[in-house]
Amino acid sequence: MPGTVITITSGKGGVGKTTVTANLGTALALLGHRVVVVDADIGLRNLDLVLGLENRIVYDLVDVVEGRCRLRQALVRDKHLSELHLLPAAQTRDKTAVSPRQMAEVCDALRPHFDYVLVDSPAGIEQGFQNAIAGADRVIVVTTPEVSAVHDADRIIGLLEAAERGPIQLILNRIKLDMVRRGDMLTVEDVLQILAVDLIGIIPEDEQIIVTTNRGTPIALNGNSPTGRAFRDIARRLRGEEVPLEPLRDKSWLGRLFGFMRSS
Amino acid sequence: MGFLDRLLGREPSSREVARERLQLVLIYDRAGLSPAILDTLREEIVAVLSRHIEIDRDGIDLSVTQEGRQTKLVANIPLRPRRP
Repeated sequence: MPGTVITITSGKGGVGKTTVTANLGTALALLGHRVVVVDADIGLRNLDLVLGLENRIVYDLVDVVEGRCRLRQALVRDKHLSELHLLPAAQTRDKTAVSPRQMAEVCDALRPHFDYVLVDSPAGIEQGFQNAIAGADRVIVVTTPEVSAVHDADRIIGLLEAAERGPIQLILNRIKLDMVRRGDMLTVEDVLQILAVDLIGIIPEDEQIIVTTNRGTPIALNGNSPTGRAFRDIARRLRGEEVPLEPLRDKSWLGRLFGFMRSS
Repeated sequence: MGFLDRLLGREPSSREVARERLQLVLIYDRAGLSPAILDTLREEIVAVLSRHIEIDRDGIDLSVTQEGRQTKLVANIPLRPRRP
């Protein structure tokens, strides 16, 4: 069965697209699927860095498109999971180095060899975004509960609908439960009501994301981390399992105290 | 201070402010409807209808609602009873 191409996009930069792509790729590979993550952010490549694969790159997406190497030669195997591969972006070119048609062809060439092709989209609504969605069977929109991120997510969803790309599902990233409780952060329900799309997962704000990214080992590999679990749950939903949404862990001092008492 | 004000009901939470601001800006984004255009629409609808029927101008309610990702313009226009 040919694989599914899933594009991860957002509109606004810095909401966690690359982190989500790296962790969903990792989580799907942990489930035994053959996965390739494609960095479509030409000129600003980072997916290799988040996965800890920056020293293994030989060829990149633009080399493939321009015929300097075969597709297989450009794929970098992950250092943790043998089923996970990376197709890196070029760092010294820009978004115009690849056309949407060429990107769709690359996705088609990857489909027979992988169960999941995850495409990490650049921020923005220009050609880089158009490239990233060109081959998509499904789209995941990442947003945080901030006005600018939700505003841009709505624009992206409108563009995806106009381009008839979908189904579209939402990941709400960096929820801070203590701020929600104070009435100082949009709730999951607020964002869903405003954007009116299906939710596939919620990721709590977690400073361990920075720590694991520093090390180049995605948090989805950490079996004890609730954030890692949130990513693994999304991976299971992606492959069709019904996984209930995990309630967010309490970060207030009272919640931590109760959490501590429960865990001790 | 914000907390006390909120507790006493003097100030909406920043969450509520964010939600309302987003909802308004998205109506404009999705449908191109600004408050100014809405006012113009109201005036022109009144002008057109008044040529044919008697309407209650003060009772007119023109509003924008969302159903899923579909934006709807809803007009509620009370009619005046026909004079005998």
